[in-house]
Amino acid sequence: MIRSDVLKTLIPMISEELVVSNIGLPSQELHLLDDQPTNFYMLGTMGLASSIGLGLALAQKKKVIAIDGDGSVLTNLGTLPTIANNPANNFILLIIDNGSYGSTGDQPTYAGMKTSLAKVAEACGCETVIECAAENTAAAVRAALDGHDMTIIVSKCESGNIKVPVIDMDAPVIRHRFMTEVNRRNG
Amino acid sequence: MSINQKIVSDFIKNRIEFVTTVPCKQLAGVIDELEATANIYHIPSNKEDEGMGLCAGAYMGGKRSAIIMQNTAIGVTINTLVTLIQFYNIPLPMLISYRGEIGEPVACQVEMAVHTKALLEQLKIPTYHFHQPSDAEELNPILNHSFMAKKPVAILTDASFWQGA
Repeated sequence: MIRSDVLKTLIPMISEELVVSNIGLPSQELHLLDDQPTNFYMLGTMGLASSIGLGLALAQKKKVIAIDGDGSVLTNLGTLPTIANNPANNFILLIIDNGSYGSTGDQPTYAGMKTSLAKVAEACGCETVIECAAENTAAAVRAALDGHDMTIIVSKCESGNIKVPVIDMDAPVIRHRFMTEVNRRNG
Repeated sequence: MSINQKIVSDFIKNRIEFVTTVPCKQLAGVIDELEATANIYHIPSNKEDEGMGLCAGAYMGGKRSAIIMQNTAIGVTINTLVTLIQFYNIPLPMLISYRGEIGEPVACQVEMAVHTKALLEQLKIPTYHFHQPSDAEELNPILNHSFMAKKPVAILTDASFWQGA
């Protein structure tokens, strides 16, 4: 399974949840598969999906799923100690780990070599860390949504991309639509 | 009221509830004050761009946020300021320790100080320079301005400001 296959299996359970999705193809694929006002698409700023997701989870009560990639987490590795030491029980960080920088031409990342992001997350102090095969990701996300623990899921999948259009929506529109929905749900 | 208390009190007055910090010697007092304030969630970050991501998330979650950092961080955060904070119209007051100005003991700090205002000008970020303690009178309206305009603002606080405080 490649990232878009994993995303497809997740749609039934994340469609109604607050989702922060990573720059590039992950956002474009999610937008194509299931555009929702509950999706915050990053159009730039590689690495910050997990930070935005944590800030959002700490600021309000609803569950937040940040869909990140191995390359982006490596870019912002300092995020894992911050997450571990500021636990938000409503936060799920899903790292789609395909061992490559997918949006830039599938160059290999260190997470596909010797580095285990699950072990890094544990060493940083994250208490609930699950590494799973691509096909088990949906079950892991379902369990995390049903549970009450901050959860880091590392989904090991294959490298590869589908053709998707860029997101045409303006950034302030994405932000405003998302905030309106966050506010309504916490109202 | 000490200058550190005044800064935190102006944050509270502007309903800022979420503040991230990367430390600087000049900022130690205000960081201590924040940590002791129950009304504000203080979340130290490991790098300033990470901190801006946290602030953007908190803002979208309904909590006004701010970052406290050193001017060297302008070099670290240009991409984040442009592609996240400015592109999405997110307000972000940045209380910045302006190292490398008169009174600076560390020569290397001057290297970034000479670029600080030029970079902020290039980024079209409204910039205010606090040189003496009375300049802090303007903090409250500056914070208000940031949230009204949904823009980042830079408040540069130099050694003279902190020594006089």
